Amino acid sequence: MFTTLLIEQLLNGLQLGVMLFLMAAGLTLIFGVMGLINLAHGSLYMIGAFACATVAAATGSFWIGLIASLAAAAGVGAIIEVAVIRRLYDRDHLDQVLATFALILILSEGARWLFGSFPLYLDIPPQLQGAVALPGGGQYQLYRLAIIGVGVVVAAGLYLLISRTRLGMRIRAGESDREMIGALGVDIGTLYTVVFALGAALAGLAGALVGALQSVQVGMGEPVLILAFVVIVIGGIGSIKGALVGAVIVGVVDTMGRFLLPSLLALTMPASQATTIGAALASMLIYVVMALILAFRPSGLFSAHS
Amino acid sequence: MSRETTVNLLLALLLLGAPLVAAGMGEPFYVTLATRVVVLALAAVGLNLALGLGGLLSFGHAAFFGLGGYVAGILATHAFNAEPLFADIPGTTSMPLIWMTAVAVAGLVALPIGAISLRTSGVYFIMITLAFAQMIYYFAISWPAYGGEDGLSLSMRNAFPGVNTAKPLPYFLICYAALMGALLLFRIIEGSRFGSALQAARQNGTRLAAVGIAPFSIRLVAFAASAMITGFAGALYADLNRFVGPSMLSWHMSGELIVLIILGGKGRLFGPVAGAMIFVFFEYVLGGITERWQFFLGLILLGIVLFARGGLLGLLCGKPRHV
Repeated sequence: MFTTLLIEQLLNGLQLGVMLFLMAAGLTLIFGVMGLINLAHGSLYMIGAFACATVAAATGSFWIGLIASLAAAAGVGAIIEVAVIRRLYDRDHLDQVLATFALILILSEGARWLFGSFPLYLDIPPQLQGAVALPGGGQYQLYRLAIIGVGVVVAAGLYLLISRTRLGMRIRAGESDREMIGALGVDIGTLYTVVFALGAALAGLAGALVGALQSVQVGMGEPVLILAFVVIVIGGIGSIKGALVGAVIVGVVDTMGRFLLPSLLALTMPASQATTIGAALASMLIYVVMALILAFRPSGLFSAHS
Repeated sequence: MSRETTVNLLLALLLLGAPLVAAGMGEPFYVTLATRVVVLALAAVGLNLALGLGGLLSFGHAAFFGLGGYVAGILATHAFNAEPLFADIPGTTSMPLIWMTAVAVAGLVALPIGAISLRTSGVYFIMITLAFAQMIYYFAISWPAYGGEDGLSLSMRNAFPGVNTAKPLPYFLICYAALMGALLLFRIIEGSRFGSALQAARQNGTRLAAVGIAPFSIRLVAFAASAMITGFAGALYADLNRFVGPSMLSWHMSGELIVLIILGGKGRLFGPVAGAMIFVFFEYVLGGITERWQFFLGLILLGIVLFARGGLLGLLCGKPRHV
């Protein structure tokens, strides 16, 4: 019984980690290539979820919604990049933080304006409803397994894109020396827009996938954004590999902490007290892990800029 | 007298005069609004010490603001319920005691956070301070003893010897005095040897180390001092609203504190004051016109960051002397 529960929670942690990876990969790519800290990444996640929920409700198909979420997030990302972000690359981090903070205010209020304050709901597509039998006799939601699958595919795809294609070569070149690749005739402006739109699309995909598990509402991107920050700080800013490892660490530690801490504490104190104290401690656990990792490796596990 | 000094003086007089006139005309609402300006300005003066002088872009100062608020809320609740805090230590409703505790708690929490965060710099520092603030935020939400997500209400404003704090005007004057004291302290720090070292650490840490001053300890002290001022403001804010909740700890609050400084002018003595005046003005005027005022605040902020760097004081007085 306990093993089944443990496997189930491990998978939940992995699913959270995969979702965080989709967010963190975009953030870390944008920081690695353009040196930009983008607080509005959570808003792109929200846009993906809203686009998927709206289109799926209109067409009746989750899959069309999923495509719409990619298109909407990438489109809004490209527009934001051209209109605002482009002016921020030469600025210091303070200006970047403020401008993207302003974008959050605009996008969140804008979404509330368009969609109202009530949450939207998105159904799990019929093909992925139901559960799978786990070894040991438990059941696990097929949809969550599918999310883990998507994460693995995206991670592999990103790896191939960056290490094997021409675009990936330019991205890597842009990370190490932007003046030089500009001088070699690569259109930096377009490259930056493409990278930003790619990061935005990944965030939109994460939003759409999670939208079927939670309600779709304004502000849903913010907690995820902050977790994604923790992920890339742990993994090393600018490193996709670091984002993957960091995301799995954060996802699993957070989920297992919430599951195990109350039971562990229950061994030493009354059950009701253990539940509240355990929950409070579990909510802090990933930050403690982050602090510990930073205490030994101040620039993260796989720093690209060390 | 330089132009900036004149503008500063005018701002200080305006901020004092407007509520006095409002109180004279029997409009306590505007006195409360001015108190809000003063308390937010005080919190931002704290952040300005780290951000403006030290160049430390802390995105987690809401943690200290909220901690100050919770100190006020928790001490007052224990005093009201006549329950001891720990063992034999009772709660209190005395403002000076609460302030001292709030400042001490903010400083004590800032030391470990600063010690870890200051090992890093740049974007890491921004994200780590944000993450630590979120940690405290989630702790406050999941810890049910002091209200959890609902926060704590204070049944009445805490007491200051010889002053009726329940009335808006006396409370405004207390906060105003606190703000002026903090501005004086900021000026003293800025002109001191420590302040010079701090600004040197911002401009070039390596050079500072080369002349034999470790930037880390200078920055850590500045970070803690900055947190203490912001924590003090948090205690005043809790008493102003007679409420403290997790929203004081949220990252929006941290963002707003930075916004205040930028609206007014980064690293300038009265930058936070000017910024708080503009911010509360926008909040009140735009908020009166449309429910969607944050949308327009976002647009305005974006415009300022992209096109009008230097904030209001930059506009009125030109570039600061040493930046």
